[in-house]
Amino acid sequence: MLDVLTWVTGVAALLLAAWCGWSASRDEPTKDWHFIGMAVVTVLALAQLVVGIVQLARGEKPDQGTTIFVAYLLGALACVPVAGFMSLAERTRWGSVTVAAGGAVLAVLEVRLYDIWGG
Amino acid sequence: MAATREKADGAEGAGGERRPGRGRLVSGPGMLLVWLYGVMVVGAVSRSAVQISTDFDRAPLAYSLSAVAGVVYGFITYSLVRGGESARRAALACCVAELAGVLLVGTWTLVEPSAFPDATVWSDFGMGYLFIPVLLPLSAIRWLRGAGAAETASV
Repeated sequence: MLDVLTWVTGVAALLLAAWCGWSASRDEPTKDWHFIGMAVVTVLALAQLVVGIVQLARGEKPDQGTTIFVAYLLGALACVPVAGFMSLAERTRWGSVTVAAGGAVLAVLEVRLYDIWGG
Repeated sequence: MAATREKADGAEGAGGERRPGRGRLVSGPGMLLVWLYGVMVVGAVSRSAVQISTDFDRAPLAYSLSAVAGVVYGFITYSLVRGGESARRAALACCVAELAGVLLVGTWTLVEPSAFPDATVWSDFGMGYLFIPVLLPLSAIRWLRGAGAAETASV
């Protein structure tokens, strides 16, 4: 369950990054549709956090330690919303680039989460 | 990352109305830099905090260097968000120091791996972080120099 969510979130983050990168290349700021996309990715990250905590509560242990696992889950959840807020303050193509970078960072976090959980 | 955002809001609130181009370092590409530096702050500080608190004796040098990197990143992020000429100069100096640190530690880890039982943020020129540690100061120096030129031109 958690592995599937990790994969889906990672792919969604990459799609978001590609989409925002494409908008940036067309000199567009982030728009409503981008924020809906960010919301979808954030909901996935939230689901991942919940599932991760449930797994921990069931007594399963991440390969590389519970502290690091929870820290990465929280980082993954915060990543895209923070980039989204920053793009609200920067209504140019650079806001889109920032969200694209946020998606890329989240994808990297998902790869790390996969290793940390030991999938 | 949340702290970065609070600082951004604070800086704008303190500065009153938004004055583009007048010492504001977080407009345009600067926003991307703040984001990337913010990510590096969280990455380096949390990483070294965990490592130092749980396993310091294993690789004291590596973990201390990660902590130093985190502090440098934090200062640069703060300077970028604060804006103004003196912050720009301070950030520029830190970026040069950061670049020197990345190059030094990167070379050091390659030449004498035995000194580093565990990786630092700057090991192998930041390879574990997609080389962002070495690319970031280069872009930041370019951006900060450009911001300085624009400032001089507008005065």
